[in-house]
Amino acid sequence: MKAALACGNLAHARWLHPGAWWVWALGLAAAASRTLNPILLVLIIAVAAVVVAARKPDAPWARSFVFFIKLGIAIIVIRVGIQILFAAALGTTTLFTLPSLALPSWMAGVRLGGAVTLESILIAFYDGLRLATIIICIGAANSLASPSRLLKSIPAALYEVGVSVVVALTFTPQLVADVTRVQSARHLRGRVTKGPRAIAGAAMPVLEGALERSVTLAAAMDSRGYGRRNANSAAQQRLAAVLLIGGLMCACFGTYGLVAAGSPWLLSTPMLAVGLLASLIAITWSAKSAIRSRYRPDPWWLPEWLISLSGVFAAGTFLIATWLVPLQMTTPSDPPTWPALPILAVLGLAIALTPAFIAPPLPRVFIALPRAVSAEIEVAA
Amino acid sequence: MIRFEHVSITYTDHTQPILRDINLQLDEGELVLVVGRTGSGKTTLLQAINGLVPHFTGGTLSGRVLIDGRDTRTHPPRDLADLVGVVPQDPASAFVADTVEEELAFGMECLGLSSDVMRRRVEETLDLLGLNELRYRPVMSLSAGQQQRVAIGAVLTSHPKVLVLDEPTSALDPAAAEEILSALQRLVHDLGITVVMAEHRLERVIQYADRVIIVPGDAQPLVIGTPQEMMREAPIAPPVVELGRIAGWNPLPLSVRDARRVAGPLRALLIGQDPPQRVNSHGDSTAELVQAQNLTIRYGQHVALKDVSLQVHSGEVIALMGRNGAGKSTLLNAIVGLRAATAGTVTTQGADPRSLKGTDLLARVGLVPQTPGDLLEATSVAAECRAADRDAKVDPGTTRELLTSLASEIGDDTHPRDLSEGQRLLLALAIVLAAQPPVLLLDEPTRGLDYPTKIRLVDVLRNLAQAGHAIILATHDVELAAGVATRVVVLADGEVVADGETAAVVVASPMFAPQIAKILAPYPWLTVSDVVNSIGPVILRSHAPTSGEAFT
Repeated sequence: MKAALACGNLAHARWLHPGAWWVWALGLAAAASRTLNPILLVLIIAVAAVVVAARKPDAPWARSFVFFIKLGIAIIVIRVGIQILFAAALGTTTLFTLPSLALPSWMAGVRLGGAVTLESILIAFYDGLRLATIIICIGAANSLASPSRLLKSIPAALYEVGVSVVVALTFTPQLVADVTRVQSARHLRGRVTKGPRAIAGAAMPVLEGALERSVTLAAAMDSRGYGRRNANSAAQQRLAAVLLIGGLMCACFGTYGLVAAGSPWLLSTPMLAVGLLASLIAITWSAKSAIRSRYRPDPWWLPEWLISLSGVFAAGTFLIATWLVPLQMTTPSDPPTWPALPILAVLGLAIALTPAFIAPPLPRVFIALPRAVSAEIEVAA
Repeated sequence: MIRFEHVSITYTDHTQPILRDINLQLDEGELVLVVGRTGSGKTTLLQAINGLVPHFTGGTLSGRVLIDGRDTRTHPPRDLADLVGVVPQDPASAFVADTVEEELAFGMECLGLSSDVMRRRVEETLDLLGLNELRYRPVMSLSAGQQQRVAIGAVLTSHPKVLVLDEPTSALDPAAAEEILSALQRLVHDLGITVVMAEHRLERVIQYADRVIIVPGDAQPLVIGTPQEMMREAPIAPPVVELGRIAGWNPLPLSVRDARRVAGPLRALLIGQDPPQRVNSHGDSTAELVQAQNLTIRYGQHVALKDVSLQVHSGEVIALMGRNGAGKSTLLNAIVGLRAATAGTVTTQGADPRSLKGTDLLARVGLVPQTPGDLLEATSVAAECRAADRDAKVDPGTTRELLTSLASEIGDDTHPRDLSEGQRLLLALAIVLAAQPPVLLLDEPTRGLDYPTKIRLVDVLRNLAQAGHAIILATHDVELAAGVATRVVVLADGEVVADGETAAVVVASPMFAPQIAKILAPYPWLTVSDVVNSIGPVILRSHAPTSGEAFT
């Protein structure tokens, strides 16, 4: 721990452990799930956006944040739209009245159109905003942490699964390239390139190509030593993998039970504990029996602690605030009131904003000059 | 280092062994070149070195293969990974990680090396192969030459004692091929690695080899010897050797440098001779078939072609040259209507190829793509030919007739996937020719072709040009260009940087000059047959220096 703290120079440029970003983002998401206060929800989105803007690397996967923002807006619009069209009006403040449709008696209970009240729109908006905020928090983690680095840091027991996912990820663009190539070939033979017949004609060569490529890849991976292991450890590895997946599932159910209101926490707490224990055993076990090592693993140093704890801290303040000032956390909409500003929760969010400043800066990625340019430079020199 | 003892290999479903009773011993620090026709068993021989044959491919292996004392019968490929590094033909198909640095580390991770060793070796390998600037780049964004170097680096980090490469330069432009070969040269000389390499392009590699193994095919015994011994008799030889044999030079030169030093008297003979003219064989009645006017094509940010103007006439054979990614394929694709012009126009026989469909397109222009197999989707050669007849709306049997004239040995019932690389090319060519397009485009036609097939292709192309077809070849193969092209167009970064008669463009170029032109420069003779036609073999031979004179 002492060494870890010593190594964690904050100003030193490096990639942060992707796990730290995920813990931070999940903390924010958990905080969002605890409130219906629009000011707090918008603040959470703002915190996520500021941190993403400050520490987003310049990579294709990092551009996904905008997509998640758009998805969030779509969620709100759909949620409010459904409320306006279908749901029964709440409250008395009628804003406007849509032409309503009389439905046959067997569809009683479903309503189309009619009076639209401020109260029901507010409820739908808060609800949609909460879901959108959770989605945007996930999006923030997605664009801050490289998916391939995350896969690299999964435990050794799941190593095979991780490699398969990485290979599948690199395979997809090649498959797209294959489809284009086969379509070009159909064009060259003067055949139709669109429509069901073209798809049927293209399927065979594309599948054959993919199959051939996977055989080549398998041969290449085998030649490079993939799958080397200690004698007698194959069964052990499998057992460890089963233990890990089972343990993680157990832990997931347990966590759900703890977070979701109304489930017996006497059942979910032991479940979480057993699940975590099983996963821990599996991880240490398989780390011992595997021969493979890891190249430049992402370390978990002081910045990782600080950033993941800042997210957890925010979630904690929200939890405590719901207990202390429940009315400030859920804005009453009938009658409509101005949302309050619970100081404790805002403090939590202020802490969750610190990664924008304390996370280590990103390393500069060197992009090689095109050959022609570097040749010119050489000539000039 | 590598020992084969009475090795015979028979694939499942085959009655005849592909290799029979092979005895072979290769030592440390040797660069061994494996040559032979497609399908002769070259690749099988290479794959037997790290146990991919038979562990991965199936089949039976009798006798034994020992690598540094380890028997491949008891050691599957993964247990030889620290000893043998294998670079497959298409390096991109074997990449596992997404960035260069992680790709270099993958093999070491599998071997379980400690992280400081891995770190050190990655840095060393980056320097050794000049990859440092590319370390964070995604492997898929690299050029073909860079990918080849990364693939070599990725196996080198495990510190193998043997490096096996299957056609490492066949997809590369001449400059990138030079880079790869000099890197290999360094590995052999500085690190004492044994390199075993299969390659069809003898003119590129023969001078670097310490020994040559000829795999004759049909389970005949291997022929092994030094390049000098082998090249004296070999039925296939690069132009420099052919010239040396005809001129009777002794010792036989293998590199342009050696040949140039003894070619003084020969060059003297050429003074005052008329250089061979590569005329349009179709005569004077040429029609303009393709016209590109200020053609610009952009993919997103990347400009693939910039302001290219080009006229192509019937009977012309144009070699389109330039490095990987210079825009050659894009230009061919634009002429056949696969790519829309961002600016400017391209027309074939007056029509915009993008507006043509079906037979209208087929009867005007045909393209044989880089992987000719893409065109083939039927389950037998006969079905493929019938489909081509239907597509082109010609009499049934036309395509088969064409195919027979190109390659009579291809049977009707063969599955197209079972054909050799060269046969597949000829089948694709027959399919494209079925509709009699006046314009014929070929993208890298000699990639992976052995010499006999290449000679056949050259004949076919000459005849087509004589019949009035306009042919455009995108190629890295300078010898092919020298052999058939009437005109050479060089592209660089999407722009035309040279366009002119073959000799005028290639003779002065260090990258695109064929071997004969390099030996005879400044005289513009490009091929052995040009020289023989001008001087005659008898006079040539009488001017050969004796071996004593040659190197004084």
